[in-house]
Amino acid sequence: MSDGVLRLEGLRKSYNVGLPTEVEVLHGIDLKVGRHDFAALIGPSGSGKSTLLNVIGLLDTPTQGELYLLDRPTRAMDDDERTALRGSSIGFVFQFHHLIQAFTALENVLMPLMVTRGKPDADATERAWALLKAVGIESFAAKKPNELSGGQQQRVAIARALITRPALLLADEPTGNLDTRTAAETFALFRKFNEEFGCAVLVVTHDPRLSESCDRTINLVDGLIVSDTLNSRTGAAAGAGAGATGDRDDHPL
Amino acid sequence: MWIEANIAFKFLRQGRIQTALILVGVAVGVAVIVFVVALINGLQGNIIERTLGTQSHIRVQPPEEVNLRPSAPGSTIELLNEDKRPQRLRSINNWLEVQAALDGLPGLKAVSPMASGPGFARRGEVLRSVSLMGIDPARYERIIPIRDDIVEGEFRVGAGDAVIGKQLADELGVKAGNKLRLEAGQGRDAIVNVAGIFELGVRELDARFVYLDLTQAQALLALPGGVTQIDVTVNDIFAADVSSARIARLTGLKSESWMETNAQLMNALSSQSISTNIISLMVALSVAFGIASVLAVSVTQRTREIGILRAIGTTRRQMLGVFLLQGGLVGLVGSAIGGFAAYALVWLFNTIGPGLFYIPIGPVLIPASMALATVTGVLSAMAPAWRASRLDPVVAIRYV
Repeated sequence: MSDGVLRLEGLRKSYNVGLPTEVEVLHGIDLKVGRHDFAALIGPSGSGKSTLLNVIGLLDTPTQGELYLLDRPTRAMDDDERTALRGSSIGFVFQFHHLIQAFTALENVLMPLMVTRGKPDADATERAWALLKAVGIESFAAKKPNELSGGQQQRVAIARALITRPALLLADEPTGNLDTRTAAETFALFRKFNEEFGCAVLVVTHDPRLSESCDRTINLVDGLIVSDTLNSRTGAAAGAGAGATGDRDDHPL
Repeated sequence: MWIEANIAFKFLRQGRIQTALILVGVAVGVAVIVFVVALINGLQGNIIERTLGTQSHIRVQPPEEVNLRPSAPGSTIELLNEDKRPQRLRSINNWLEVQAALDGLPGLKAVSPMASGPGFARRGEVLRSVSLMGIDPARYERIIPIRDDIVEGEFRVGAGDAVIGKQLADELGVKAGNKLRLEAGQGRDAIVNVAGIFELGVRELDARFVYLDLTQAQALLALPGGVTQIDVTVNDIFAADVSSARIARLTGLKSESWMETNAQLMNALSSQSISTNIISLMVALSVAFGIASVLAVSVTQRTREIGILRAIGTTRRQMLGVFLLQGGLVGLVGSAIGGFAAYALVWLFNTIGPGLFYIPIGPVLIPASMALATVTGVLSAMAPAWRASRLDPVVAIRYV
């Protein structure tokens, strides 16, 4: 599988560059994510998970190294280019679902298309309905976010993240404030879209049960990837040589 | 643009109370501005109308007579004790040519020659000093529509007919159809028939003006064929000084606009205009700051939503647009409400107000105020919108 979605090369991220308080959070990350990967990013608090996710999501820029998204180098891009690439290739699911309160569920799902392409056409609206149906809340399409439960809102957020058919879905503690059952359902949705749409999924999670149900677990400690393993359940599916070695360089991508 | 407008509108609609409050603020501000401007315009229009209802916009007269003296040789100091010359009643040289020239000048509405001078009106034992004014009625009526002010008889001047003021008629005890003796000194006199009596509403004029046929006045005043002044009205009364200067340059005559003859009034009017403008500016400023502060609060409240919108592909420019549009929308809708309120106020003033004068509300005032308020709204939104567009999405999303 050479069709990589994401490639990080010697990526470093520092804050307060040039100030006495300069601090490096990511100390040289090399990582590849393939088109069908379903990976969990785990690590203790303060290890740099969120920073890494923000950099991967083109919300933040690396201080050193390069990030290739769909084989395009991104470090030299200006804000408009990064915004455009982000809008077209990346779907975000945040911990606190983060819907726009002034819009209905359906409009929230359509929002990524509306901000990049303007008024949605019939095709886009149909796709939004299909996604709402896929996440099981099409009957709530006309409701405002504050009329939905936490789980329902998170489903809307997932549908929104997928409306642009992104190559990469990033989720930051997506089940952090959901009960166990809802969390499991949400995760099942990620799995479903990973398989059906072939979009790579990278999930930051604290929950070991969730990370174990991913195909791959990337462990970040103190700004370095200390292990990158394929989980046994899907070892066969990921192809030969997936020996769960813990050495990230051996990852077969 | 569609999505920016959509988000702007939904944001405003969602922040219902804030939006309502700032709309009321804008509406009150615009209503005050529109009402005050209309009121002052009405008042000034009324004053000007009253002033110009009885006088021409520009009065062209012969140049003043001055002493001619030999110029002193260079580098000598000259001590001079000069007696000003008395200004005789003189005719404008070649006034027919001057009149023809003025008739062809653009911007002028009417040109009317007049031979006027002092005289007396006598009836029996009563003697009153008057202004004898010989006019060409057809031309003069376009300067002052005297026909509208006739209270008795008719406006007929010529062949021994005169039209006099109400006050004078009362003092002399004459009615339309009576005879009257006019004297202009040095034995020149005439008996005229009072054809009509007018009332301009200005006591001084109603007591002194005696309109005569031009020829008759020329005879009485010993100005055969001459006129002492040419009255001019212009299309744009506030450009009268410009036209006046032009006439003076063109003819070499003394030309005075109503603005010069009524300098005091002009002063009052322009002071009034300045204070109106200052009030409007202050109100507009407070409205602008109101819009800016409401939007600044809105940007803070929506920090997280702004972060999300940025994360899902909204550009900085679009974010800027969303908030500029909110400013513009608030300005537009608020000023529409305010304009309507001002219209209602003016209507109330005109219908059940003190009735001192009528406030006209032009077709331009309200649309212009709305356009201005919309632009002000957009400008006020600049600072908050800029802040929204510069928010770091990483920080914004985590904002609680």
